[in-house]
Amino acid sequence: MFRFIAKRFLGMIPVLFVIATLTFFMVRLAPGGPFTAEKSIPPEIQKKLEAYYGLNKPLYNQYLDYMGNLLKGDLGPSFKYATWSVNELIWSSFPVSLELGCYALAIALILGLSAGVIAALRQNSAADHVSMSLAMLGICVPTFVMGPLLILVFGLGLGWVNASGWDSARDRILPSLTLGFIYAAYIARLARGGMLEILNQDFIRTAHAKGAPSTRIIFKHALKGGLLPVVTFLGPSIANIITGCFVVETIFQIPGLGRFFVTAAFNRDYTMVLGTVLFYAVLIIACNLVVDIVQVWLNPKLRFE
Amino acid sequence: MQLQRRRDSSWRSRICLFIGVPLLICFLTGCGKRETRVEFGNREQILFKGNGGEPQELDPHVVTSVSEYHILMSLFEGLVSEDPHDLHPVPGVAESWDVSPDARVYTFHLRTNARWSNGDPVTARDFLESYKRILTPSLASEYSYMLFVVKNAQAYNEGKITDFNRVGYKALDDHTFRVTLDNPTPYFLPLLLHQSWYPVHLPTIRKYGDPYMRGSKWTRVGRFVGNGPFVLAKWRVNDIIAVRKSPTYWDRDRVRLNEIRFMPIESDETEERTFRAGQLHVTETLPLSKVDFYRKNYPDLLKIEPYLGSYFYYINVTKPPFNDKRVRRALALSIDRKSLANNVLRGGQLPAFCMTPPGTAGYTCRTQLHEDVAEAKRLMAEAGYPDGKGFPSIELLYNTLEAHRIIAESIQQMWKKNLGIDARLVNQEWKVFLDSQRMLNYQVCRTSWIGDYVDPNTFLDMFVTGGGNNRTGWSDLEYDQLIADAARTTDPQQRLEVFQKAETILLDELPIIPIYFYTHVFAQRPEVKGWYPTILDNHPFKYVYLEPNKN
Repeated sequence: MFRFIAKRFLGMIPVLFVIATLTFFMVRLAPGGPFTAEKSIPPEIQKKLEAYYGLNKPLYNQYLDYMGNLLKGDLGPSFKYATWSVNELIWSSFPVSLELGCYALAIALILGLSAGVIAALRQNSAADHVSMSLAMLGICVPTFVMGPLLILVFGLGLGWVNASGWDSARDRILPSLTLGFIYAAYIARLARGGMLEILNQDFIRTAHAKGAPSTRIIFKHALKGGLLPVVTFLGPSIANIITGCFVVETIFQIPGLGRFFVTAAFNRDYTMVLGTVLFYAVLIIACNLVVDIVQVWLNPKLRFE
Repeated sequence: MQLQRRRDSSWRSRICLFIGVPLLICFLTGCGKRETRVEFGNREQILFKGNGGEPQELDPHVVTSVSEYHILMSLFEGLVSEDPHDLHPVPGVAESWDVSPDARVYTFHLRTNARWSNGDPVTARDFLESYKRILTPSLASEYSYMLFVVKNAQAYNEGKITDFNRVGYKALDDHTFRVTLDNPTPYFLPLLLHQSWYPVHLPTIRKYGDPYMRGSKWTRVGRFVGNGPFVLAKWRVNDIIAVRKSPTYWDRDRVRLNEIRFMPIESDETEERTFRAGQLHVTETLPLSKVDFYRKNYPDLLKIEPYLGSYFYYINVTKPPFNDKRVRRALALSIDRKSLANNVLRGGQLPAFCMTPPGTAGYTCRTQLHEDVAEAKRLMAEAGYPDGKGFPSIELLYNTLEAHRIIAESIQQMWKKNLGIDARLVNQEWKVFLDSQRMLNYQVCRTSWIGDYVDPNTFLDMFVTGGGNNRTGWSDLEYDQLIADAARTTDPQQRLEVFQKAETILLDELPIIPIYFYTHVFAQRPEVKGWYPTILDNHPFKYVYLEPNKN
């Protein structure tokens, strides 16, 4: 197991290197630069600005500088938010996205798993149809409809929660639900599919024949295999969900990391784009590693591979 | 049997617990009438204000946009300050000032009780060092050109001279500061209101970095030192910037707000919902789609105020068919601006028949465009395109935004209907768009200009030959000369006449098509007092207070 993990960690290095290199050059290919503004800047000032951020150096020098700093863990200053470094911005906004992501994930797992499992157990019953229709709806209704709708009802209509912000515990409710619903819907469908497949297998029938109680069959035998597709799905999704969602963060005015992914690209904030992309990449790789470990634990067949 | 039932009942009670407890919590915390933020703010004199996007910085010598200015004007005070009603310059740190007979030398007498937020006195030396900082080339301040009216300021900023003593600033003693200008500049005092003219506390900046380079991290909470009516109390990126009443400000007795919380809400839809939920006193803007809704349901909350900005189209005059003045004129004459303002924009915008918003510092251009489809058709025929025949298909470029698309579509239809011209709409992402604009890689393209100060000069000097914001390729030596003359003319009335001539040339040549003058459309609670409609949308916070209606 240790060798497996160590191998994966070593494998991470070239992947990150390639991602950093590609992103570095790709952001610079986009037209316009960090200091292109509606009001023109005098050319001398523009030159000084570029010099300060090292943008006047030849591209390969910039690249080497960046990679050198990256090795030291320094992601550089943000071009747009001049007083903050990319490290500071990521470390101040990531905890918010992480917190929101955890709530959303909890909601998604509780709702999604229970709906999916119940639907599978009562296949073609009313419970199945209702929960799967809801799941379909959850997948189809985008967050930018769901979010404002929830605000309209619970924020503006009933006045129970704030329409935006990230201050009190109450402010966590609507964004977590909005984000959680979408994932709950996916999880429900995946869980149902996985469970159906397992429930039709011989070993389940044998267990039934031997008179094992159904709760035991479900929890002990079926779930382990039935949830494999969910676990596979969760890997990249967890990374996605805890790094923040641009739409949800914008709708609810949440100071999370997700907004930086999009605004950094719009601002041509080169260092911020690179910083967020690399951060995301590290998280995805880490989550996938955890998922692989969990899968091996869930599925003994994989242990020999 | 007995056992089964007990287990059942324990399950039931557990389910009751699972559902009941959250419901109870919800009931206890949620259903009771909560005090909204606005009500809390009214009680505590805390103003909640939407502020557009997250500020880039809080260093007045580095920032560039209006949303930062609104925060900075609470944190700093310049030599002069703004009157809350019409923004005319009133004494700020300078108690009074003398102007030399040739209007080139201003001597400011600073008040002795002006203090920085750390208790240090604000002295003439602070101003001198601040202006040295912003003009130092290595700082690369994007707004340093606002100081170029001062003798040798431009030369120093461009590195042509290195001795700052030769620049027209002098601290005669601790409380007397002299500024020498190149030319008599009638808008000099209004210019002083701009953030680039704010003083900064050099010792503090030096403590956290090189004051003549970017990247000094002195604007953090706890480090920040300003001289305005408020001090920085809290700054969480994309969340909040709170400023608290300063105990050291010289005019602190006039300041009635205890705190202002600026909410950097980027999405106008989110901001509007936040306002409606009672979390904001004032919004930065209001989505176009909500204006009618407010007009019907909350007319007392909807504010529409004139704003010193002009929305217009650039025409690339370097390439056919737009190198022909007649074609440009035909396009400009065939737009129904009134219908556009009343039916499409619907936010009280003024149709624009010239470049400078009417009434800017007492100036209204006498030459006005008009709508004249017959004349436009005649011009097109004269240029060789009768009824648009033989006219190439043109491109109308705008940056990707719903509001620009709607306007472009309307104008596209008007040109098609009136002139038989086919215009293709092209939208580009903001930075790509700016690049195309700068490289003259367009035919007709949308743009706008918000006045930096209240004077026609800010709208007209941009079109001089080679001007950074004259992104049309247009050049007219007589126009350049007039703008230069205006800068040298001492007599205010005569100076406005020079602008009349210049703008007449601009409207005859038409490298631009004026479309409308902006209004500032936003929502505001009735409790906000001491807040007056001003043309730059600046509202000095030291006069603002909250007073809920008694009934």
